[in-house]
Amino acid sequence: MTTSADDHTRLPARPRPEPDALSAPYWDGLRAHKLMLQRCRACGRVRHYPRPLCDHCYTFEHDWQEARGEGRVHSWTVCHHAFHPAFKQALPYALVTVDLAEAVRLQAPLRGSDPALLRVDQPVIVDFEDIDDTLTLPCVRVRA
Amino acid sequence: MAAGGLKDRAAVTGVGETAYTRETDRSQLELTLAASLAAIADAGLEPKDIDGVIPYGAGGVVAEDFITNFGLPDLRYSALTPMGGASPVAALQSAAMAVATGVANHVLIALGRGSIAGGRITSRLAAMPQMRLVGEFEMVQGCNAPAQFYAPMARRHMALYGTTVDQFAEVAMTCRRHAQRNERAMMRKPMTRDDHHASRMIAEPFRLFDCSLESAGAAAVIVSAAERAPDLQQRPVYIGGVAEGHPDSPSAITQRPDMTRFGLARAAPIAFRMAGVDHGDIDVAQIYDCFTWVVICQLEDLGFCAKGEGGAFVEGGRIGLGGELPVNTHGGLLSEAHIAGMNHIVELVRQLRGECGERQVADAEVGLVTGFGDLGDGAVAIMHR
Repeated sequence: MTTSADDHTRLPARPRPEPDALSAPYWDGLRAHKLMLQRCRACGRVRHYPRPLCDHCYTFEHDWQEARGEGRVHSWTVCHHAFHPAFKQALPYALVTVDLAEAVRLQAPLRGSDPALLRVDQPVIVDFEDIDDTLTLPCVRVRA
Repeated sequence: MAAGGLKDRAAVTGVGETAYTRETDRSQLELTLAASLAAIADAGLEPKDIDGVIPYGAGGVVAEDFITNFGLPDLRYSALTPMGGASPVAALQSAAMAVATGVANHVLIALGRGSIAGGRITSRLAAMPQMRLVGEFEMVQGCNAPAQFYAPMARRHMALYGTTVDQFAEVAMTCRRHAQRNERAMMRKPMTRDDHHASRMIAEPFRLFDCSLESAGAAAVIVSAAERAPDLQQRPVYIGGVAEGHPDSPSAITQRPDMTRFGLARAAPIAFRMAGVDHGDIDVAQIYDCFTWVVICQLEDLGFCAKGEGGAFVEGGRIGLGGELPVNTHGGLLSEAHIAGMNHIVELVRQLRGECGERQVADAEVGLVTGFGDLGDGAVAIMHR
């Protein structure tokens, strides 16, 4: 089993994103605790996950906009088995698929609530978790 | 080419497989070659007669391996259909096109899985290019395997349509009952609903007994031009209709507009129209069963019932031997073995030849086989004797 650079933690290394030029603004945004989404410069459509071309007007040029950070539960799963050893200590954990207000989806872990209370269409807000100095991931919380 | 263009232009003329086991000392290539030799012999052909090859894209066996090991004198056609568990049935379409157009006469489709010790599902998937976006955005937060990719689809289906875990259990128990009549099956111990519900949770709503097996072994089929098939050793099983379909947002289920509908929903009407048969004509169906719920969703996408009615459809013994639509008569990926659905094609051919002994569907004339793979790709073939 491989271990991370932080060998004192004795935790296996978690899989990390390998951003490219197309996705780097998303990951840079998370580090600044902003959820950034790609938007077509021609027709204004928001798209996610990042890709080169707008499938509506076939324009390559795009901007990035900060999402409102609000959405509703589309679906979810609660994981009880770790298929990667890095996540074993986190079990059980819920992964929520969120319909963002910008009409794209986000998948992120649930924090602060019992997963048994999750329902389709439940309002949630996006929050951020600093994993280490270079990686921040989104998480979601049920809106009070 | 019109919708009926491939109708009865190709036939499966040979099938073969190795033993299916949990572990193996044999390499993926060795297993694949062994199953291929069995299929070639079953057809009454010699290896040198093979002039087309479609290997399984995932795992490293390539067409060149068959030229090298079989001494093929004139390989005219090779292709890959990289659609995960939809690959074998999608390969039937590619093979049928190759023999219908005269590009090749006898196409070998072969799929093997070697030892799982060095390559469990998580590490295999992370290396696949079609998983690139899932790798970057989802695997990093603990969504690493198909059980976790597909569970939200099943959860939403339950929320929208009232599908229940008892209905999941019906699929698992049906496959297990069928496996008990199949000496090749890996899992033959009886399974009750309580057994299903007591199996450990993997990714809600999927329990262990909702998940398919990890297996070693190989299976292969020969697709021949229809005009050559009657001269061979076995009764031909004709491909009446075949199609592949891809869902919206094939690279991430998370972003799919309707995550309860697969690519199969696009392929099914094409295949039925091509074959010129109705759902009531299907005597037996081998439905890709990587997870119990995936069978339920495909029965809807195939049109055997409306969207949302798949759960009720599998109740009451309808999909068991003796039922209205016997499904996975070999035990499927859930109880026979996970040979990525190549074993489903082999079983359908054997059913239509009438070779299945105590699990034979009486007078089976027309049958159907599906594949489901990666993040929602689908394929279906309707075959008849």
